[in-house]
Amino acid sequence: MEPLLNVQKLTMDFGGIRAIDRLDVQVHAGQIVALIGPNGAGKTTFFNCITGIYKPTAGHILLQPPGKKQKRLNGLKPNKVTEQGLARTFQNIRLFPNMTVLENVMIGMHCRTNAKIFGAIFRNPQTRKEEQYIVDHSYSILKKVRLQTFANEYAKNLPYGAQRRLEIARALATDPFMLLLDEPAAGMNPQETLELDNLITQIRDEGLAILLIEHDMKLVMSISDYIFVVDYGKKIAEGTPEEIAQNPAVIKAYLGEDVEHA
Amino acid sequence: MLPLKDIRNGLMVAGWFVFLTFPLMVIKVNPVEKTIVWRWPNMLYVAAGSFIAYLYVKLAQKNKKAAILVACWTAYLALPLIRYFMYQDISILIWDTTTSIYAAVGAFHMILTLCLFHKHHILRKILSGIWLLFIGTPVVMLLAQAAGKILLPKIPAALHFLTPFIITIEHIQFWNWIRILWVALACYLLYSSLQTYLASKRNIMPDHLTNEPKIRWSQYLYKRPVYLPLLTFCSTFFLLFPHLFSTYQVNIMISALMYVVLGLGLNIVVGVAGLLDLGYVAFYAVGAYSYALLNMHFDLGFWVVLPIGGILGAFFGILLGIPVLRLRGDYLAIVTLGFGEIIRLVLENWNDFSQGPSGISNIDRPPLPGVDLSLEGSIVYMYYLTIVMVIFTIFVVNRLQDSRIGRAWFALREDEIACQAMGIDKMKTKLTAFALGATWAGMVGVLFAAKTTFVNPASFTFLESAIILCIVVLGGMGSIVGVIISALVLILMPEYLRAFSDYRMLVFGAVLVIMMVFKPRGLISSVRRTYTINDETL
Ligand SMILES: Nc1ncnc2c1ncn2[C@@H]1O[C@H](COP(=O)(O)OP(=O)(O)O)[C@@H](O)[C@H]1O
Ligand SMILES: [Mg+2]
Repeated sequence: MEPLLNVQKLTMDFGGIRAIDRLDVQVHAGQIVALIGPNGAGKTTFFNCITGIYKPTAGHILLQPPGKKQKRLNGLKPNKVTEQGLARTFQNIRLFPNMTVLENVMIGMHCRTNAKIFGAIFRNPQTRKEEQYIVDHSYSILKKVRLQTFANEYAKNLPYGAQRRLEIARALATDPFMLLLDEPAAGMNPQETLELDNLITQIRDEGLAILLIEHDMKLVMSISDYIFVVDYGKKIAEGTPEEIAQNPAVIKAYLGEDVEHA
Repeated sequence: MLPLKDIRNGLMVAGWFVFLTFPLMVIKVNPVEKTIVWRWPNMLYVAAGSFIAYLYVKLAQKNKKAAILVACWTAYLALPLIRYFMYQDISILIWDTTTSIYAAVGAFHMILTLCLFHKHHILRKILSGIWLLFIGTPVVMLLAQAAGKILLPKIPAALHFLTPFIITIEHIQFWNWIRILWVALACYLLYSSLQTYLASKRNIMPDHLTNEPKIRWSQYLYKRPVYLPLLTFCSTFFLLFPHLFSTYQVNIMISALMYVVLGLGLNIVVGVAGLLDLGYVAFYAVGAYSYALLNMHFDLGFWVVLPIGGILGAFFGILLGIPVLRLRGDYLAIVTLGFGEIIRLVLENWNDFSQGPSGISNIDRPPLPGVDLSLEGSIVYMYYLTIVMVIFTIFVVNRLQDSRIGRAWFALREDEIACQAMGIDKMKTKLTAFALGATWAGMVGVLFAAKTTFVNPASFTFLESAIILCIVVLGGMGSIVGVIISALVLILMPEYLRAFSDYRMLVFGAVLVIMMVFKPRGLISSVRRTYTINDETL
């Protein structure tokens, strides 16, 4: 079967530094795929290339939206990438701090709705219906990540773990078929991480593919279906969690002692 | 009480202010006679004023209620003195400005108490206030009457307000209500002070402070029992304005209201979408000149050109927007500044097109169909047109902010990258903000040309942009109410400060600085809308 996301020989140079070096990654439907590697390996850069924030130096990013024609993402603007059905979260949380939690999610629905200036001023029935739909649907997404009680709270007032969940909710609101999560468990306590684990699996079970960058090895090993390991921008291994746990190159480059605990 | 450290800092602040204002306040050069006048008392006033102001602010930061009380007392006691200095007479307190201010102080204190207190607290307070008023009034009256009788011949005129409350001439009683009100106010203030003092003595936080979340006072504005009467009062005031005040005042108010619209327009660009635009006046000029030129060459009327001015403004907004919106922050500011100057310089130098610096005169005032307006009538008409414009602007801007597009603007201000990653087209969103902001400037431009019947490039300097920007920043970025208030304050204040002639701009600047130091987020910070959701159905 054709992968949903097929990245071929992706290369990204920053001046003289090669942050990503001919990286191949595939994500298939219904999978949780993890991208792991030491700090500075180029994982976030990889996300930024795919989502259009950086323009890759070379390589191909091919997206296969379900039921649509294959699309090459290279050089597309970030908002166009999101429109294709690829949503992401950020490693350093990038919420809209002075907007309410609900509004943050409502922003996510921007690209799936289309009220224009005319509608905004005259509030015709169609606009009002759409607006109601935005509120209701956003609220139901908030319920999914269990933030509904904070709906009218400013995003900046949320605790850290809740902010990360809100980022996921906001990404879900763009109605994606694939979710890119950049270290969603960073800064969470074990309890929160466990809940996040459940949330991610739940999203997968609802039919979304997930590409996950994560440092928490327990989380990665327990939920991913497939793992890519990068170091210095190069892929050093790929395989199922079991294969990765046994791979000597990985153990040497990155996992170290962690693997014995996993 | 205030610690020694604050007093020391206060002295330093006073010294600093004396230093800053020295050239303006103390030295006065007479270029004709080539003499320098040293006005030392002024220095003392500045020092004392800034020292007291500093201490007051410190107090306000520590204990809000005490600060409010101090302010009320000061106003209460200072007013008879001011009155004395102004009229040299306070023996007869008639219902005039002074007494209205008395009433206002009382009402203000009353409202604050109502807002700040917990529910059952309000009731208690009102009841005890009324109670005190009842027993307090006759007591004070009697005392004052007695004192007045005995001392009247001996006391100076300044204290004559202590004379009786009931004037009995040949067995007819005149109740001097104003004095009763004044005493009532004193009772009320006294009671509040006592209560605050006791509360602080017992070192117990009043219960309303402990178990209620902290709410900013501006949020009270949006509460129904506060804003409905306030709204009614404001609308009546503005509707009756031309009938209450002279043509001169009406003229000033028209320009203030125009700035309200300009502020609301720029608020879309700077306050809501976060794009620092220093050349906003360019679109204002486009509107003004489009009416001037179309009226001169094609004899087009006001009503035809008003939408054209708006559309031209939007067009220029987009024209400028496309190349510069890739820039951010400071760079955007500089380029827009340049654009504003270019427009002005073009108007100044392209004589064939715009008649250069001499400008275009004899522009038609807006006609009222079927009526031949006198000059005064046309000013009143202009006033109501501007009012309509303001209401229209508030309506549209409010709806825009609370819509899909408005949310996108806010999000863009918050975080551009996240905004794009959520599927918002950055360029398109910025362009709509720019174009819509410019539309208002264009329309007000038309209004301006029609009001003054004359335009020249000197009306569209960078200073105008700066003032409009001040209005937005001072009002609280993105807050409609804040922008309206600050536009009125910033435009009206210099007009009414004319009494202080020399120091007008000094006071103006000081107010700006103080505002930014103590309320950096503006007069009224914008509050995000909350949604009520019926959870059952979802
Ligand atoms: N905008 C940029 N300009 C220059 N170098 C960058 C930029 N972004 C990332 N890099 C470099 O690319 C490398 C990979 O960074 P990153 O993708 O953030 O790593 P990871 O997310 O795997 O920890 C780092 O060496 C970093 O310094
Ligand atoms: Mg990273």
